[in-house]
Amino acid sequence: MAPRAIAMLKDAALTALVTAALGIFIVGFRTIDVGSRTGLSFDYELTDLAVAVIVVFLGRLGLSLAAAGLRWPVIALGVVMVAAGVSPMKLPSGFLHWFVALGGALLVLRGIWPWADRAVAVASHTSGGRLVQEIGAKWLGWALLAVAVVLPFTPLADQKTMDLGVLILTYVMLGWGLNIVVGLAGLLDLGYVAFYAVGAYAYALLSTQHGLGFWAVLPLAGMLAATFGILLGFPVLRLRGDYLAIVTLGFGEIIRLVILNWVDFTNGPAGIGSIPGPTLFGAVFAETAPAGRQTVAEMLGIPFNSNHRLIFLYYVILVLALITNLFTQRMRRLPVGRAWEALREDETACKALGINPTNTKLTAFAVGAMFAGFAGSFFAAKQRFISPESFTFIESAIILAIVVLGGMGSQVGVVLAAVLLIGLPEWFRELGNYRMLAFGLAMVLIMVFRPRGLIGHREPSIRLHPVASAGSG
Amino acid sequence: MAYFTQQLINAITLGAIYGLIAIGYTMVYGIIGMINFAHGEVFMIGAFISLIGFMICSLLGIGSAPVAIVLVLLIAMAFTSVYGWAIERTAYRPLRGSFRLAPLISAIGVSIALQNYVQLVQGARPKPGGQIVSGGFNLFSLDGFDVRVSWLQIIIVVVTIVLMAGFAWLIARTSLGRRQRACEQDIKMAALLGVDVDRTISLTFVLGAALAAVAGMLFLMYYGVIDFFIGFLAGIKAFTAAVLGGIGSLPGAMLGGLLIGLIEVFWAGYFSSEYKDVAAFSILVLVLIFRPTGLLGKPEIEKV
Repeated sequence: MAPRAIAMLKDAALTALVTAALGIFIVGFRTIDVGSRTGLSFDYELTDLAVAVIVVFLGRLGLSLAAAGLRWPVIALGVVMVAAGVSPMKLPSGFLHWFVALGGALLVLRGIWPWADRAVAVASHTSGGRLVQEIGAKWLGWALLAVAVVLPFTPLADQKTMDLGVLILTYVMLGWGLNIVVGLAGLLDLGYVAFYAVGAYAYALLSTQHGLGFWAVLPLAGMLAATFGILLGFPVLRLRGDYLAIVTLGFGEIIRLVILNWVDFTNGPAGIGSIPGPTLFGAVFAETAPAGRQTVAEMLGIPFNSNHRLIFLYYVILVLALITNLFTQRMRRLPVGRAWEALREDETACKALGINPTNTKLTAFAVGAMFAGFAGSFFAAKQRFISPESFTFIESAIILAIVVLGGMGSQVGVVLAAVLLIGLPEWFRELGNYRMLAFGLAMVLIMVFRPRGLIGHREPSIRLHPVASAGSG
Repeated sequence: MAYFTQQLINAITLGAIYGLIAIGYTMVYGIIGMINFAHGEVFMIGAFISLIGFMICSLLGIGSAPVAIVLVLLIAMAFTSVYGWAIERTAYRPLRGSFRLAPLISAIGVSIALQNYVQLVQGARPKPGGQIVSGGFNLFSLDGFDVRVSWLQIIIVVVTIVLMAGFAWLIARTSLGRRQRACEQDIKMAALLGVDVDRTISLTFVLGAALAAVAGMLFLMYYGVIDFFIGFLAGIKAFTAAVLGGIGSLPGAMLGGLLIGLIEVFWAGYFSSEYKDVAAFSILVLVLIFRPTGLLGKPEIEKV
């Protein structure tokens, strides 16, 4: 036992040493602006560093203990750390309390993991467990849909919730659109937000300068985005996966930079404002209608309420998202959809079987771009103001993270991931700046521990010889 | 003519910095075939460590610029390579053997996390680095236009050349270089013949990070201002340089860096500085379409 304990301690000490080396400059010396022209001076944050090093030391030790099968000491250690984190002990920042407590919570989780794992495995083999699984696989999507449809009529639906609902649904739609490209066709697209921007600017420009309405522009914006998808996709789609990723990233940045710099056309960094919102059979959502128009409240003979607009927007994006989903589900059963999935699995084999990879990829790219265009139009109509700032690389990364976390190719997974990644940080505003940090770390952790996402979906949509109890989603 | 020469000098300086970063991309791609998307962020961290190093030097009263530069160079290389090592160990190594896009997605995650980590601990405002080396001399004058070379530009080019020479020697002559080349050719066979593949890959990341740290320090000295976001653009441009020169080829990375520096500086100098990044991205796209193996790269044969 003794040599093993020493090895564990040594390992933990080494990890702590590496942490110290990583943190000593970046964390330990915080550069702050001082008023004078000389520029910067230091804030010494060495306590932060020391706490971080200790947490990492204990964490690593705990993980080794857990790996050696010693669960109780790990759980005890975790509980002590959580207690230390929530205790009124004096630490320089609130974040450190969180950090300590979080480390402890993770250790506790790691300690009870084997039991939980076994319990789930046992439960899934009982008849009740199997029933739950089956219902979950079959009805989870419908249940989510039902919740989404009735949400505006529940007492929960205040302005904040509806705003959040619209936001989440927008990302669900974008996630479903990108899922066609990444999840089904296996093309890593890092510039997806470019098509979103095309749709948004198409609506913004056509409505503010040519007076076209939302419903007239919507199909146009989709077509325009799809055309962009084809134009950009055509030359680059013969590239291998990771090259393609970087080229699409480059395209995304080119489009953003052009929007930013072509001031005559797009109004540059100042953005485009006072974009009209969507109308309901020609009626507008406002307290007083402009000349020749009618407000929705007048048309329906109900008292005006500013929430109506939000509820309407909510249903518009819900329907748009559902169309995306339905379209995808249908496409998957067509030859081209099956070709996407085949291409994802093995490009060389596809070529040998006579599938034209460029055309097949191009369809996926164009269809994905089209839905991004729809979503972009909706975004412009909802925000009433757009600027290039909304279309940075980080947006593409967020949408990609939703698809990856959801489990590439799974439609329900995208919804769960969008709720998790967009909804949770909005509810927990205190996370604030730590949100994107957690985001990046989550992407890494998903890839390391659960590369198939929340709901892994790699089953082909159609099998030649149906296998007994083949799952489908 | 004078304007042209001046632009050329500026372009070579910038190209040297891009070239140093590009080597990190090219080496990693050569050995494990992944695009280390987080490499730009490693460069940014190198720049921050250099900034803090210079400030500590001035606090300790090290007045002489050469001593400070050498000290900071060593510190930045040492501590940035820990980042390179740690990233590989935690975010990439567990993914070996996972599906093809997994390491790239993980790298994007690392990149986002590092950016926000530095933003959180060091603040979002641009950090002025102060002037460590100033002055220069007039090369020649023509039509009342002085062509100037600053000492800083000379330092940047000299440091780059020295490091490149040392690096070429390392790859060609040392046992580490031999192991790296073996892994590059066939990682499985190298492992069978007793090369410690994990260790070699780790060291590759360490070397790449060390060179990126140097680039970060030179960038800090050249521009005088850094922020947490510099890694994104510099990283993409350096990646473009690596692709342009032929990914997997070390001289190619240097050549590509120079070309990207030239394109960027001349585009800004003669056309418009707003679209200089667009020009760099367009080059990337064009090269990948028309010559995906780059200028000095070997064609890649895909075996089934």
